[in-house]
Amino acid sequence: MAKKIKEQVQPFTWSYAPALESKDHIQLKQQYELFINGRFVKPNSGKYFDTINPSTEQVIAKVADANPKDVDSAMMAAKNAYDKTWSKISAKERGKYIFRIARIIQERAREFAVIESIDGGKPIRESRDIDIPLAANHFFYYAGWADKLQYTFPNQQIKPYGVAAQIIPWNFPLLMAAWKIAPALATGNTVVLKPAETTPLTAMKLAEVMQEADLPPGVVNIISGQKATGAAMVQHPIPNKIAFTGSTAVGKWIQNEIAGTDKKLSLELGGKGANIIFADAAIDQAIEGIINGIFFNQGHVCCAGSRLFVQESVADIVVKKLKQRMETLIIGDPLDKQTDIGAINSKVQLDKINHYIKLGIKEGASMYQSSCALPSKGFFCKPTLFMHTSQSHRIVQEEIFGPVLAIQTFRTIEEVIEKANNIPYGLSAGVWTDKGSKIFNLTQKLKAGVVWANTFNKFDPASPFGGYKESGFGREGGVHGLAAYLQQF
Amino acid sequence: MLDLSNIPVIDQVGVEERIARLNSRSIKKESKLQGLHLALSMIDLTTLEGKDTAGKVRQMCYKAMHPADDIPGLPTVAAVCVYPNHVKTAKTALGNSGIKVASVATAFPSGNSSLKVKLADTKLAIDNGADEIDMVISRGEFLSGNSKFVYDEIATIKEACGNARLKVIFETGELSTLDNIRLVSEIAMQAGADFIKTSTGKIQPAATMPVTLVMLHAIKDYHEKTGKMVGMKPAGGISTSKQALQYLVMLYETLGGAWMTNEWFRFGASSLANDILLQLHKEQSGVYYSGDYISKD
Amino acid sequence: MTRIAVLKTYKLFIGGAFPRTESGRYYKIQNKANETIANVGLSSRKDFRNAVVAARKAQDAWQGRAAFNKSQIIYRIAEILEGRKAQFVEELISQGSTKASAEKEVQMSIDRCVYYSGWCDKYQAIYSSVNPVATSHFNFSVPEPMGVVSIIASDETSLLGFISALLPCIVGGNTCIVLASSSKPLSAITFAEVLATSDVPAGIINILTGKEKELHTHFSNHMDLNAVVYCGTDKAIWKTIAQNSSLNIKRSFWWNKDWAKYESENPYLIMDLQEIKTTWHPIENIGVSGAKY
Repeated sequence: MAKKIKEQVQPFTWSYAPALESKDHIQLKQQYELFINGRFVKPNSGKYFDTINPSTEQVIAKVADANPKDVDSAMMAAKNAYDKTWSKISAKERGKYIFRIARIIQERAREFAVIESIDGGKPIRESRDIDIPLAANHFFYYAGWADKLQYTFPNQQIKPYGVAAQIIPWNFPLLMAAWKIAPALATGNTVVLKPAETTPLTAMKLAEVMQEADLPPGVVNIISGQKATGAAMVQHPIPNKIAFTGSTAVGKWIQNEIAGTDKKLSLELGGKGANIIFADAAIDQAIEGIINGIFFNQGHVCCAGSRLFVQESVADIVVKKLKQRMETLIIGDPLDKQTDIGAINSKVQLDKINHYIKLGIKEGASMYQSSCALPSKGFFCKPTLFMHTSQSHRIVQEEIFGPVLAIQTFRTIEEVIEKANNIPYGLSAGVWTDKGSKIFNLTQKLKAGVVWANTFNKFDPASPFGGYKESGFGREGGVHGLAAYLQQF
Repeated sequence: MLDLSNIPVIDQVGVEERIARLNSRSIKKESKLQGLHLALSMIDLTTLEGKDTAGKVRQMCYKAMHPADDIPGLPTVAAVCVYPNHVKTAKTALGNSGIKVASVATAFPSGNSSLKVKLADTKLAIDNGADEIDMVISRGEFLSGNSKFVYDEIATIKEACGNARLKVIFETGELSTLDNIRLVSEIAMQAGADFIKTSTGKIQPAATMPVTLVMLHAIKDYHEKTGKMVGMKPAGGISTSKQALQYLVMLYETLGGAWMTNEWFRFGASSLANDILLQLHKEQSGVYYSGDYISKD
Repeated sequence: MTRIAVLKTYKLFIGGAFPRTESGRYYKIQNKANETIANVGLSSRKDFRNAVVAARKAQDAWQGRAAFNKSQIIYRIAEILEGRKAQFVEELISQGSTKASAEKEVQMSIDRCVYYSGWCDKYQAIYSSVNPVATSHFNFSVPEPMGVVSIIASDETSLLGFISALLPCIVGGNTCIVLASSSKPLSAITFAEVLATSDVPAGIINILTGKEKELHTHFSNHMDLNAVVYCGTDKAIWKTIAQNSSLNIKRSFWWNKDWAKYESENPYLIMDLQEIKTTWHPIENIGVSGAKY
């Protein structure tokens, strides 16, 4: 007869065995060249730089370092492609190319997801379930606009800009490439895009997709490089349109650099989002929203909910549940399907985050971190809470861009509106309450480009995204996202 | 004293998102084996059909004690679940195996009868030796807003149970909203329920993950407030090992290790056991199996 | 010895299945040389009734699907249709087209699927509004599908006219019963095969073959229809349709279009088959200055 289960003396522990995503089906070269005019070409300087896997600190590949001459080739290729080919193709056919790109990304989705996690550090579940599908969907969505632009800006004559120079960050590498390239192409522009220096690989794979889709040469050019490459792109005479997503500091430099020229600019910069929990919120779901808001993608999110405002009457229970929930978060190998929080993108970023954690302690806030083990190699940071903070703490005012949450309490609606807005940024905000009329009150009063009510970090190609104030200007996604790439007369 | 003053609202979309995240856990290798063994030990093997006979019950009891003698080291299931008039047969068949006899009672499955009848039904099961009683609440009264009625009824049946443990079935498929589930969980726990249970298994939908998660959260809050542990039993609709493991992940990450025993968590299932055995065969041999190799009752 | 071809039986397409007409009747389709190329079902009012039941059953779920999901499904129709280009071209030729016009018709039909696929998740952004009412309310208007729509396709083409009418209907979340061209019905039924193999849920599009003169009454007097679209050219038939529509205030439309022109692709055809729903919700006014949408 079968055995009876023994009486449990100590509590049951269940450690999930690692479930590593397989890497052997992906194709990665050891060296990537620049993608200009439909071909991969060597950089003019012959220089390359390494891109590493932040969870192992190993070099994955070398990528080309584009210098001003390469930037010039790319801009010329984009201009020629615009003048001779892209502006002459019918809108319908333009759309069909973009549909192809979307479908190919869907077909190669798993490979993209694995490479994204290896190159940038984010968990495979996020790259697989969020980044890559959203990227493919973004192309699919904008493909459909190509031949429908006459319905979008009533009574306006519209025309593409020509060549768009686009610079993207390292936190959602493929997704940011999609957010830039898709609307630009749909509206009839050609593109020169520079991926971030720590995460160039999925952009270079995207270049392969462009070839596979048979996109006319020069319509999309992807050039890897470092800060100097980006500066050269901004300063180059050809692009009429510049689109940048990244830090506020660089955004300010770009805005200043092109001041007085005819170049049009859109910026998507930093943020310090307020996530507001009222006493009448659905508390357990709000906890999920807080976790998602600050620990998703290791907190490397411009619209992260990094300032938590809890109504005082529920502050204790919220903090208690938050800590309990944090204990179930697994920090580990980005390719392990169990991992909730992956590697910090780079040593530089990890140092910055640790600097802020030290600062928070010095400023007198009480710090809490979950008890999870960290891998011995790689750049990792524990999810961190700072309690008893106030608006005057620097860890509350400045963007940390890591898994660090600053918690404040509030008593009234007027108070929390004022504090939420009391920041130079204005990208996102979260509101958690069961009361509809309160939601609409807050969505009106919060100075943020995206307000999430009873949810957080939700993105959709049909939904416009962008900031107020120093979080930038211009919107990506939806009908409004077309405006960045169309001249209107 | 029934105190319904601090019951949180539930956001259904948020609940479903949490579940989607939980379900993306990938349970493999040792942790899968551990989970499968645990799930098997948590099953209340059930037969609740009009056509049940002593013979059927005896056969099911044998299966409960011998899920698969060709796989070494297996636990038995936790309990068998039958109608009151079959409790004696089950008790005899199970001997001193340690497997509990749970009986449905209180005019199962509809609960549409008088308190007198429900008490007599419960007494019949208890007198015949039932270790556990699975009662149904009066859904009509609940949906009419009579929380006190529901509370009193549960408390009365609990008293009639004596030492037997009481599971309270909500029939969540009839209660429509997650807010209702949260409310009825609170009522049942305050009235003395040892277990809160989702369904009779007689209607669709039976157990679902959203409903279960809300009930687990309710149990957690109650435990924080009173120190008292309450068990949970999703019943009906869980027929694959994959689902069972998903429920266990949800349980583990919501309530923690203390609830991961059959004293505090049960699966109300009939075909789940055999799917677990199929999976165990596969883990042992490395190849996918057929139902031909697993005994049906 | 020459090989004997296996000739296709052209059935109806209702609820995702291919039943024969319950009336058992047929009519002949002949090619230019007056040879019979097919016996096609002569649909009856009972077939139509069954199709309405199927369309109604499928409508709620179709409306409930995410707009993006709908766009993917309709794009897939284009993918499958492109794969079967040769088959459709051949069938059009057998019904009297020249090779050149058959190829053009098929290409346009495929591209039209791509066109309307792109509208699924976009027309809402153009035609919805947040309305700045004078009271402290959040007030918004959104388009919603009417429900079940019957469509009498143009007789002139076998494929293009048929596709051009049903696409704007389903893009907007409606389901439909479509009467194929009476004189050239074959491509519509072959199109049903494309639907059956391309992720389109059963009952969204139901296809009948038969005579406009016989069926237009039933296509317009059924009380469980929300709208009827007529793409033919007969004024008297249109009048009957319009009169029958008054029985339950059906919305009725005469889409008398030259489908071979690109101008006929139009989001306003989608909007013809949409209701507008307006919702009000109070806005509390607490904190900082009062503001309204």
